[in-house]
Amino acid sequence: MIKKRIKQTALQYGGLLTALALLILVFSLQTDSFFQIGTARLIANQIPELTLLAVGMTLVLIIGQIDLSVGSVMAFAGAVLGVLMAKHDWSLGFAILASVSTAAACGWVTGAIWIWFRIPSFIVSLGMLQIARGATRRLLDSKTLTIGSDVATISEPLPAIGLSPAFLIAIIAVFAAQFLISRTVFGRYCVAIGTNAEAVRMSGIRTAPYAIGVFVISGLLCGLAGLAPTSLMEAADPGAGSGIELSAIAACVIGGTSLMGGRGNAISTFLGVLVIAVLQTGLSRMSVEDANKQIITGMVIIIAVLIDTLRYNWEKSK
Amino acid sequence: MKPLLTATDITKRFGPVTVLDSVSLDVRGGEIHALLGANGAGKSTLCKIISGLLTRDGGDMSIAGEAYLPSDKQTAERAGIQIVQQELNQVTTLTVAENIFLTRMPSVLGIIRSRQLADRARQVLDHFGLNDVATDTVMGTLGVGRQQMVEIATALDRQCRLLILDEPTAALGADETQRLFERLRSLRDQGIGIIYISHRLDEVAQLSDRVTVLRDGRRVCTQETSSLTTDQMVDLMTGESTSEHHSFQSFATAKTAMQVKGITAGMVQDVSFSVRHGERLGIAGLVGSGRTELLRAIFGADSAEQGTVQISDRQPTHFSHPSQAVAAGLAMVTEDRKQNGLLLRQSIRANTSISSLGKRFASLGIIRNQRERQAAQEMARQLETKCNDIEQVVATLSGGNQQKVAISKWLVRDADVFFFDEPTRGIDVAARRRIYRLIESLAQAGKAIVIVSSDLDELLETCDRIGVISAGRWIDDFDRDSWSTDQIMQAAFAGYRQAESVA
Repeated sequence: MIKKRIKQTALQYGGLLTALALLILVFSLQTDSFFQIGTARLIANQIPELTLLAVGMTLVLIIGQIDLSVGSVMAFAGAVLGVLMAKHDWSLGFAILASVSTAAACGWVTGAIWIWFRIPSFIVSLGMLQIARGATRRLLDSKTLTIGSDVATISEPLPAIGLSPAFLIAIIAVFAAQFLISRTVFGRYCVAIGTNAEAVRMSGIRTAPYAIGVFVISGLLCGLAGLAPTSLMEAADPGAGSGIELSAIAACVIGGTSLMGGRGNAISTFLGVLVIAVLQTGLSRMSVEDANKQIITGMVIIIAVLIDTLRYNWEKSK
Repeated sequence: MKPLLTATDITKRFGPVTVLDSVSLDVRGGEIHALLGANGAGKSTLCKIISGLLTRDGGDMSIAGEAYLPSDKQTAERAGIQIVQQELNQVTTLTVAENIFLTRMPSVLGIIRSRQLADRARQVLDHFGLNDVATDTVMGTLGVGRQQMVEIATALDRQCRLLILDEPTAALGADETQRLFERLRSLRDQGIGIIYISHRLDEVAQLSDRVTVLRDGRRVCTQETSSLTTDQMVDLMTGESTSEHHSFQSFATAKTAMQVKGITAGMVQDVSFSVRHGERLGIAGLVGSGRTELLRAIFGADSAEQGTVQISDRQPTHFSHPSQAVAAGLAMVTEDRKQNGLLLRQSIRANTSISSLGKRFASLGIIRNQRERQAAQEMARQLETKCNDIEQVVATLSGGNQQKVAISKWLVRDADVFFFDEPTRGIDVAARRRIYRLIESLAQAGKAIVIVSSDLDELLETCDRIGVISAGRWIDDFDRDSWSTDQIMQAAFAGYRQAESVA
């Protein structure tokens, strides 16, 4: 039984771990400065925002939908946090609560409009992308708002472990989401909805609360994600996270989540985030030009999915 | 007569499983050759090999004396072999004409000549008696039966020497089936060879010249159809004698389980009926008469405009969502298991537990894996579902076994009233018998059963009482001790006759 589980786990994550190990090996051979604990720390403190967004995106993709607004909603949450702390002197705790709630509400609006009016989530979230970005700029007057050092603690490594609270929050989110997907009724319904929502309805289950719930969770994670860059810069940036939704989708896809719905895994998504982060950091260390970096990243995404598809077909034909 | 197609010792393996083991088949020009066997016996696989959709692992084929080794469907079509598969192969967003000529659009420099397309499509449809289908109708707006007819018409229009039909009548009404048979007979008389797969043995007896029976990937025999009775065919397919024919036993009680009053929804007009505990009520009617719509309206899948449903001693109400119906004690095995009955890409386990996850297999929202697995295993064992294990993806099961999974979801959940909409469509004799037995045991346990079926024989065999719907209205109902096929058929047409006389 345990042996079987180990074998299953190896099969599930083996491909991604191998890819990751290969990347690390290549970069370690190419540059002396790569294979060091400092690099690991650097990456660990870079990835919380992408991790949180990608985990939310995984849930959204599982139910067969998409949320393009995550980057803007994240920026909006950061702006709310900044304004409350810098202009209204709120304490960090209450400001976090308010900003995360705001982001969750954005997710709720997207999900509810999709469900109630049957407008594809692609389109609703495309609208929300613009609205949240506009609202962010309105709040911040399109300027970076300095908050001060109060907010910095979230990104400062804890002396005992060398990792920041933001990173720990992201890791907790990964495992919590994986538990949600694989062990709970909520998660099972999400997978079922992504597979065949009509069959779920005909099985006597109301799908709307679960479907909207997923968007609320995604929004909530956007709110948490917004904390990371804000605390790192000690300021709210109106341009934060623009375009990051595509990286989040890429991380999910590298992790083997199906865009058709019904299949997804938060831990694999996290490994997908690591692939992207290692690639970015490694290429920077090799002083690869930005233009080439972009080309290589794009190729890696396609190759990763290609390998996954081939592997899937191969397993099916076995 | 000289054989048109000869297949010798055809063998096919999927991984370690041998699905065809040295099967030989010969089809003559000008004969209808029926291929019989339980699901998984290898009928469809054999036909796919003949039509180039699958490659064989062993054996030889020849057509009209020449060696024939198709590598794909195109090669097979060039050799004059056409197949109509069990699953519909239509682009539902295109028009009927575009579907018929999908692979051979009349065009100039890539621009479709729509006039010519429409004219030619009209010919194809008229030739098959589909005069009432407009060529510019969007395919998806036609009923399943109609789509199937168009698909068959398309295949018949192409030049061929050998035509293979895999379960062509599964979605057809009696009228359409007869029309199809006329066409097939006329093709036979023109010297075309036809391989015909069907689970409906009366059709096989009526239509075919010879039958070949397969069992577990081997050929059992090839015989003249006239030398076999349908009972003998079943014996050959199952390999066991069924001489002790099952006699009907009623378990109906006097206590009403469900009372439906004045349901009106879409084409369903003011339908009232009731069903008692332990009773099996059949609902007969022509295709498109509103049988499925009635069940869906009661179940809350579509909203009823009017009417009430009363389950046992509860208040009369109407359901606006299936979740309310399920909570009140209803269960519905849907007509189209792939569309809305199953999670095809998920496991048997996930499909079995879906309706009762919160109720039986979870505490505080966390799934109890052990309990869930046990229940799924128990169901698979009880219903004799053929599978590797309960983690197998449902899409990879045969039709009969898929249906068993679709039913097991409701057995696990339990209910007072069970709806079965076309419970045995497209599934083999053995699985069909298993499902009849299951329905019987549900009745014995005091459950009320409502069965909708296009197959009147099925209702006559399994039900205490048959209600007839025609043009959305409840015409009458007939008890087992006094019904006749003629009465029921008359009733099935009644609504349409009235409509005509009014118009």
